[in-house]
Amino acid sequence: MRFGVVVFPGTWSDCDFHYVISEALHQPVKYLWHRDRDLSGFDCVILPGGFSYGDYLRAGAVAGRSPVVDALPDFVARGGYVLGSCNGFQILCEARLLPGALMRNECLQYRCQSTQLRVENVETPFTRGMRAGQVLTMPISHGEGKYYAEPDTLAALRRNRQVVFRYATAEGQLTKAANPNGSLENIAGIINEDGTVLGLMPHPERAAERAMGGTDGLLIFQSLLGTLVEDGSFLKR
Amino acid sequence: MAGSEPKATLGLARELGLTADEYDRIIQRLGREPRYTELGLFSALWSEHCAYKHSRIFLSRLPTQGPRVLQGPGENAGAIDIGDGWAVVFKMESHNHPSFIEPFQGAATGVGGILRDIFTMGARPIAILDSLRFGDPDDPRTRRLIDGVVSGISWYGNCFGCPTVGGEIAFAPEYAGNPLVNVMCVGLVRADRIFRARADGVGNPVFYVGNKTGRDGIHGATMASATFDEHAHERRPTVQVGDPFTEKLLLEACLEAMASGAVVGIQDMGAAGLACCTSEMPARSHTGMEVELDRVPQREIEMTPYEILLSESQERMLLVAARGREAEVKAIFARWELDAVEIGRVTTGDDLVIRSQGEIVARVPVEALSEAPRYDKKRTRPAWLDGALAFDPLTLAEPDDYDEALTTLLGAPTIACKEWAFRQYDQQVGINTLVLPGSDAAVLRVKGTSRALAIATDGNGRQVFLDPRRGAAMAVCEAARNVSCAGARPGGVTDCLNFGSPERPEILWQLAEAVEGIAEACRALELPVVGGNVSLYNETSGRAILPTPIIGVVGVLEDASRLATQWFKAAGHRIALLGPDAVSLGGSEYLWVFHRTVGGTLAPLDLGVERRVQGAVQAAIGAGLALSAHDCSDGGVAVALAEACMTGPEPIGATVSVSTEGRTDLTLFGEGPSRVIVSVDPVRALEFEALMAESAIPWRWIGATGGERLRIGRGATTVVDADLRGLQHAWRRGFERHVA
Repeated sequence: MRFGVVVFPGTWSDCDFHYVISEALHQPVKYLWHRDRDLSGFDCVILPGGFSYGDYLRAGAVAGRSPVVDALPDFVARGGYVLGSCNGFQILCEARLLPGALMRNECLQYRCQSTQLRVENVETPFTRGMRAGQVLTMPISHGEGKYYAEPDTLAALRRNRQVVFRYATAEGQLTKAANPNGSLENIAGIINEDGTVLGLMPHPERAAERAMGGTDGLLIFQSLLGTLVEDGSFLKR
Repeated sequence: MAGSEPKATLGLARELGLTADEYDRIIQRLGREPRYTELGLFSALWSEHCAYKHSRIFLSRLPTQGPRVLQGPGENAGAIDIGDGWAVVFKMESHNHPSFIEPFQGAATGVGGILRDIFTMGARPIAILDSLRFGDPDDPRTRRLIDGVVSGISWYGNCFGCPTVGGEIAFAPEYAGNPLVNVMCVGLVRADRIFRARADGVGNPVFYVGNKTGRDGIHGATMASATFDEHAHERRPTVQVGDPFTEKLLLEACLEAMASGAVVGIQDMGAAGLACCTSEMPARSHTGMEVELDRVPQREIEMTPYEILLSESQERMLLVAARGREAEVKAIFARWELDAVEIGRVTTGDDLVIRSQGEIVARVPVEALSEAPRYDKKRTRPAWLDGALAFDPLTLAEPDDYDEALTTLLGAPTIACKEWAFRQYDQQVGINTLVLPGSDAAVLRVKGTSRALAIATDGNGRQVFLDPRRGAAMAVCEAARNVSCAGARPGGVTDCLNFGSPERPEILWQLAEAVEGIAEACRALELPVVGGNVSLYNETSGRAILPTPIIGVVGVLEDASRLATQWFKAAGHRIALLGPDAVSLGGSEYLWVFHRTVGGTLAPLDLGVERRVQGAVQAAIGAGLALSAHDCSDGGVAVALAEACMTGPEPIGATVSVSTEGRTDLTLFGEGPSRVIVSVDPVRALEFEALMAESAIPWRWIGATGGERLRIGRGATTVVDADLRGLQHAWRRGFERHVA
């Protein structure tokens, strides 16, 4: 699977994703520049964490209108996958590729800590290698990660099983204490209706090696790669 | 414009912080009265902050050489060889004065400045550590300062994308008017690709790159070279304003330009901005430089040459490129949407010539600007020391209840958990952090090798106050010991010397003694000092801070998989205490917390024992015998044991028996150097004993891990028997309750 890691001015998880994809997953990976519009050589585009364009307006607001993000709807329509983590999730919401918005953390402070995520839907290309209700450990690092959406949007997300990860206790309970940023319904990650665009605030690339304290983040990539091996359709396209 | 400038006079020179003698010296050196702009150059470059006028004579005492040193003091940062073709570049700097005036921007730009010092060497920054000191935590003004400083560090470091992995936060009323913000940064570079701040090659173009120049921070260096009074807040305009996003772009653009081969030399425009770079770079290369100020990118109108030269606007560099490769440099910076403007060139001779609107506004020999006078002023052992040293802590009553005393001590803000601050810092970006904040040292892997780096900072103002020489030596030992407790071999030192006004003989004595202590410890531990900074004039309304040298140590772990952390790993392990028994309550945290007293004498320091203890700890960890290692520091062996029990993923109790000599409070809470608690799997106890015997150090088994309580006995008497949950609660709340 050919991965493209997007670099915006101010992106900093680009090198980490690149490292994990090449060193831990042994998959081909290249950097994409924020001005690129040609995504034809890639199967999955990653929007990594960071402070794109400084995030001086709203987090992800400027990047959400950049050339590379403009090219994403076509890329997805042609069968491509998109994974946005941290700033990448914020960008996907700003670009309306995912519904809702990420607001300032409820505590009004930046938070870098380990979190537990309950897997809510294992029937997506990004999660099919996981068990229903499985609790994953992944760190967060953000100041604006409180997921918000209007009630009817939330209802639609629930109806379509688009909520993929929720912050939970180690036992899988959805408590206020387990929610690090005040996200509505403990939402940590959501997917589009087609199951091709995933956004999450936690950092899977920081939980991809035993030396870093855990490998739960790899499951997202392994699910994605497994999808291709099993149905093969995307590779043929 | 030059015609309308004020005339330079002695009065003006004084206003700018120069003395009458210094002004005379400038006239003598130039053979004429300086122009207005020239006087500005001298005032900034001859400030204490830039020229180390009062401290240079002591700094020459520090050992700076060693087989692994690739770059010692005198450049943007120091560098040591770590093997496999890699070098680690590191330095610590203070941003104390700006952080008091404007805590958020002061601390943020402190981070920004030290990051630039690292990446101007060609290194990618991989870690930040902050050593912070504040006044009484119960004072609401302290809370405002902590909040501002921590969020400033968080904002700048997180946005830039360098993890903050360690440091310390301590409190004493002496820091109320002068908080300390010392920031250390560590970077990695290929050993043969280190860049230096030189202006070699006559005819080479000089580029200004990065942010535009504004009026912020003018005379910041001079501000940092004076004491404060009640009008300190009027100096807010001298504090710079940071932009971490631009810094991130500057990092990527600079590293890309360096990799292209088009860069000859580069220097950060830090203190004294353009003035500093345009004089220091040619001075190092014995060249001259001509600069056209009208070309400098500016974000304010009608700036005078004086203002442009002395602005400390952030995120700027001066870059000397190879002639003929100008277009490449411009293209790289354009890609990162940054200014890169050719503002001058390297010349023969040794003059710095500055032009503005067709006129020469300054023509000064670059050497003259670096020839600030060096003072060897009167030093006096402070009279107040006799009283402080004569105090005998053992005349005070012992606590009635040692469970309660230990709980109180764990909840003291200096000892308590600092998670409130650290969770606001990105600790992992770069995916190198093997040991997060919360152990003796941070550990970061070096990708592509089997190695890792262990990094720690330390400094205890109370101990240095009571005995500057021994206290400063103990700070070196403790920082190195923390690195050893991770299993690494300490490789180099950076220091930040924070003191009061050097114009007082007592303060100068403290400084001289402390530097001597650092030098002694570094020589004994074979640790070169490769860089650092001196921050003097940390006084407000005549009240000086505790003398506080902060020591940063970087060590190398040959096998990253053989590292240790401070907490116990499992029940049933044996616990050993390595090092001498000698401790003292003099200058201890216990004495401060329970009696609000700073007095008494420090425990003895034997540098030979220190060295052997550290070697034994490294060997025991390397052989997989010591599964945890924790330095006994603030709060003595009792606090160290409690921390080893409760700071891991799961609390693990312990039952130990400590020395029966002396009073219980001295044994439990007394502080002394060279002491480490380790835990050992009993099946390997014999091997461990053999290794200790070989190491020729004092040590003994003191107990075993297990249960949910910490029990400390002396002979047949149990003096502490505390539930870990209670201890942990006190420790977790002790700092946070003051700030959250």
